[in-house]
Amino acid sequence: MPYQQKLVTVAGYTVLLLTAAIFLFVAAQAWPFFREQVDLSFFTGDRWLPVSSPPTFQIKGFLVSSLMITTMAIVVGCPLGILSAVSLAELLPRQVSVRLRSVFEMTVGIPSVVFGFLGLTVVAPFVARVFNLNTGLTGFSAGLVLSVMVLPTLVSLADEALRAVPREYAEASYALGATRWQTIWRVIVPAARSGIIAAVLLAMGRAIGETMTVLMVAGGRLTTPGSIFEPMRPITALIAAEVTNAARHSEQYHALFAAGLVLFAITFAVNAIAAAVIVGKKGAA
Amino acid sequence: MVENKHKVSLKDISIFYGKLHVVKHVSVELPENEITAIIGPSGSGKSTLLRSLNRMNDHINGMRITGEAMIDNQNIYADGVDVVMLRRKVGMVFQRPNPFPKSIYENVAYGPKLQGLRSKAELDIIVENSLRQAALWDEVKDRLHVSGFDLSGGQQQRLCIARSLAVGPEVLLMDEPASALDPAATAKIEELMLLLKRTLTVVVVTHNMQQAARVSDHTAFLLGGELVEYDVTRKIFTTPQDKRTDDYISGKMG
Ligand SMILES: Nc1ncnc2c1ncn2[C@@H]1O[C@H](COP(=O)(O)OP(=O)(O)O)[C@@H](O)[C@H]1O
Ligand SMILES: [Mg+2]
Repeated sequence: MPYQQKLVTVAGYTVLLLTAAIFLFVAAQAWPFFREQVDLSFFTGDRWLPVSSPPTFQIKGFLVSSLMITTMAIVVGCPLGILSAVSLAELLPRQVSVRLRSVFEMTVGIPSVVFGFLGLTVVAPFVARVFNLNTGLTGFSAGLVLSVMVLPTLVSLADEALRAVPREYAEASYALGATRWQTIWRVIVPAARSGIIAAVLLAMGRAIGETMTVLMVAGGRLTTPGSIFEPMRPITALIAAEVTNAARHSEQYHALFAAGLVLFAITFAVNAIAAAVIVGKKGAA
Repeated sequence: MVENKHKVSLKDISIFYGKLHVVKHVSVELPENEITAIIGPSGSGKSTLLRSLNRMNDHINGMRITGEAMIDNQNIYADGVDVVMLRRKVGMVFQRPNPFPKSIYENVAYGPKLQGLRSKAELDIIVENSLRQAALWDEVKDRLHVSGFDLSGGQQQRLCIARSLAVGPEVLLMDEPASALDPAATAKIEELMLLLKRTLTVVVVTHNMQQAARVSDHTAFLLGGELVEYDVTRKIFTTPQDKRTDDYISGKMG
């Protein structure tokens, strides 16, 4: 095996081992909590009372918040992202697309705290005004900001999937009297379907895992939100907000790891489905 | 023998890609319900000329065409010509079979659906008729809803022919339709072409000279973008008038 290939292989296994190690570490830290917790109220209850005695740790509110914000981000981000990807891959002149792609790639480097800051100072007040709310710091605002944050992932992957569609399909379609618009939506997008689905899933994984923005913009109420227009706290924000105050090896500490494990499982599942879709596509082609 | 009327007539056609003069002053008339073969070494402009007949070259940046290309005495490059309508009338089959990643049924139904046909019963009839016309029906009638990719190369090419036929073309352009196929599949395509010319005008590009000799009624020999010779196929292959044609068909040229 050539030297470079060895290096890549070693790097690959290192990443794999590190991921496994992180998982094991989180699981080990969560274990003392799950050992004490004998029922499912951890998932179904609405009380997170770390300092009362005895303390109670139930994460339904955080789970629901994560779900709501992620859904919002995807519902808004998907049409936007897919339309942008279609424009880049099919509609815009090639030189324009090339420029836009490099601009777009730069946005990946924008720290999420910047998005959080914009959410806090621009989006939240705007949302409060438009929907006549007491506070704009809601799941809605956080979801809106996140829908923009997932765009780089979504657009670049969907764009790539669209560009991988063989030119011959478009040719065949035009030769049958299809317009450009018909060709895009009836042939090219369906042919790129699995790649686009994978892009959406990976964007979803990104949205679920995003922490700083939701911590700043979502509002932070600890109970299950009644609607997306209420303040809420997703799991990531919960962990980030409390882990520094939780005494090491306290019940709260282990409960936070338990919440982290749940987050890990969800993200892992979403990414695994995305990977399966991608592999499935390669297998079919 | 009575000459069929001319379906396609080209007058002084020149095609440019930017500064590159690819097809040079070609004038020729192609009879209806015949197979016309375009032969010539690769790079001689055969595909370019063929693709000018359904305006597929329009998609290429810097393409320019001069002269008159008439189908049914209508200039297809005139202002106001609807390219969509033109392509329904002039179908095309490509060098490599290119079915859509859809079912056999959806491949054939694609064209009619573009035109807004929704009725399942009507689509069923069109799909069956087109597949029958393409001599593929018996092989696929029990599995219309499997992917077109599940077919062999030859079957895929006949599927592409069926897909073209489904929009009811009057002219069928075929760009080396058998060059990616084995001899058995090639023979089937050739047989099919002979059936198709009863109802269609077929123009086929090929650099397989046996194929041109076997199936075509007229043959055009293109060299470096010029139409060197055009005649009844038998004459081209037995008594060519131009030395270059003779050299090409006797294999003295690439
Ligand atoms: N899209 C294009 N842009 C520029 N030049 C092209 C393009 N397509 C073909 N050509 C050139 O035009 C000439 C004729 O090509 P083509 O019509 O494909 O020939 P043939 O089908 O006889 O092999 C070749 O020199 C080829 O390089
Ligand atoms: Mg060619």
